[in-house]
Amino acid sequence: MTTRVFISRDAAALSVGAEEVATTLANCIAQRDLDVEIVRTGSRGAMFLEPLLEVEVAGKRLGYGPVHASDVPALLDAGLLEGGAHDLALGEVEALSFFAKQQRLTFARCGVNDPLDLAAFEASGGLDGLRAAQSLSPDAIVEAVTESGLRGRGGAGFPAGIKWKTVLEAPGTEKYICCNADEGDSGTFADRMLMEGDPFVLLEGMAIAGLAVGATKGLIYIRSEYPHAIRAMVKAVALWSKAKLTPEFEFEIRRGAGAYICGEETSMLESLEGKRGQVRPKPPIPALEGLFGKPTVVNNVLTLAAVPWIMANGAAAYRDFGMGRSRGTQAFQLGGNIKQGGLVETAFGLTLRALIEDFGGGTRSTRPLRAVQVGGPLGAYLPANQLDTKLDYEAMAEIGAMLGHGGVVVFDDTVDMARQAQFAMEFCAMESCGKCTPCRIGSTRGAEVLERIREGQDVDANLALVRDLCEVLEDGSLCAMGGLTPQPVLSAINQFPEDFAVRGNA
Amino acid sequence: MTANAADVETICGSYGNRPDALIEILHDVQAQAGYITPNAMMVIAGALNISRADVYGTLSFYDDFRLEAAAKGIVKLCRAEACQAVGADELAARCDANGIEHQHVYCLGNCALGPAAMVEDRLIGRADADRLAAAVRQARGEG
Repeated sequence: MTTRVFISRDAAALSVGAEEVATTLANCIAQRDLDVEIVRTGSRGAMFLEPLLEVEVAGKRLGYGPVHASDVPALLDAGLLEGGAHDLALGEVEALSFFAKQQRLTFARCGVNDPLDLAAFEASGGLDGLRAAQSLSPDAIVEAVTESGLRGRGGAGFPAGIKWKTVLEAPGTEKYICCNADEGDSGTFADRMLMEGDPFVLLEGMAIAGLAVGATKGLIYIRSEYPHAIRAMVKAVALWSKAKLTPEFEFEIRRGAGAYICGEETSMLESLEGKRGQVRPKPPIPALEGLFGKPTVVNNVLTLAAVPWIMANGAAAYRDFGMGRSRGTQAFQLGGNIKQGGLVETAFGLTLRALIEDFGGGTRSTRPLRAVQVGGPLGAYLPANQLDTKLDYEAMAEIGAMLGHGGVVVFDDTVDMARQAQFAMEFCAMESCGKCTPCRIGSTRGAEVLERIREGQDVDANLALVRDLCEVLEDGSLCAMGGLTPQPVLSAINQFPEDFAVRGNA
Repeated sequence: MTANAADVETICGSYGNRPDALIEILHDVQAQAGYITPNAMMVIAGALNISRADVYGTLSFYDDFRLEAAAKGIVKLCRAEACQAVGADELAARCDANGIEHQHVYCLGNCALGPAAMVEDRLIGRADADRLAAAVRQARGEG
């Protein structure tokens, strides 16, 4: 009987040698004349175990990792194909505490299946949601999404059902579904993992959105920094079209071109129209006047990819996960200085501490944790004494932070928070689209003033100036880029004042 | 190597000469020719029935597009927060010291395995100067 071995071809796994492991294994199999099929999957998201090699024994997936290509012959000698003992043996992968404690709804197939195997997709629940939606009226689909409590996973947390209802009720026959896959926030990689590991579920979610609002075209805007995800989605669309799964709904993949701001929805729409990615003033909202001025659903990858599960299992089942007004599951992404980094999908409501300590195992450097940035480069820096905050939209907002796209970046005690505050301003200056003055000019001035503070010049007066500037950015910017840059800056100043004073307030 | 007018026209035609596909077209032209020439801009403008200023306006907004040829094997080094937390700035300094040409980028989506870098389309995790130097040699066909 053919033994199946699974190795990821996710970009992160490849970045630490998964391709070399697969090639070496293939060579060894040929030399030893073994009956083995190598299945290339996405990643399950335990990045600290990549390259992770899994072998199917008696219906169970046994793991070995992290594997180096040079380990492969010894692994085979140790009886890899029968799940033999070896220093790298992990036992049953899904029983590992990193996975056993997760609740995988959106990422259920990611890292398990060959991402481009449509039959395997269908055999593991794929298309169930689409079929359920096809038997419902548009109103009923929108109702189910509203009822599920699903909120936009891109960062703003806007209720998906309300957005869809607005587009459904908007007049006109030409409507669009635009998937925002411009995942530019540092510390986030869930969109990338999903597109590489289970691209069909995203297409399924978009097709359901099309049925719900009466759109016949879906565009996926993927940042150019993600060549692996782009390739996976292009292939998935070709297979989906060939199988004629939704002949009435057409997909188009569009590449970004290195502009962070295009993750902002109106800027992304401009970019999709072939223009400079400059932010549009709102109103009008994209739901009424979006792509080419037509009613448009703009949703993040994970929002759309959550929909098939909701349609297949029912809104109430999804709603049962989570707490308060944050329902369902969130794909948290643990990055930075963390021992066990990766993707953790779980119901809203676990604490930051549980995420970092129980899943993440603390800092990679083993030095004390000093700061955590949650929600990307526009998110607040939290000190160690706020780790007991629950991870949901409201609890984070209460402490002046935001969940954003679920990225959690850990820093140890070597971090210089004044430098991080300055970087936040520099980043805004580099990535500002230039349309509004507070963001375009304010960020440059902010970076200069923070430089002076770091040099110890008139620290108190300059800190007052930074606070003033942050107020202008927050109140006067057109979009979240300028409006939220004060979050990392002010949280650094307020929570880590010692880093802004020690240089001598002469 | 520069794209000739016919090649550029073929690329535009493959997108139905649609102005909204301008960024896709620029990517394809650059992939073929290495950069965007003034002549290519003129051909694109003609094919899409937009002004050369429109073409230049769009391409100059995006960091990906180049107006001159770039050397092969330049390291794109992630300098964003998750990689800063694991020594991206120090790695950049080591690249400088070792003569490894690098540009900064902000996030390659490999935040649990930083510092991250990309050489051509190859993503590199837990990067160090030695691995980057090897990747550059490989990209340049130096073994």
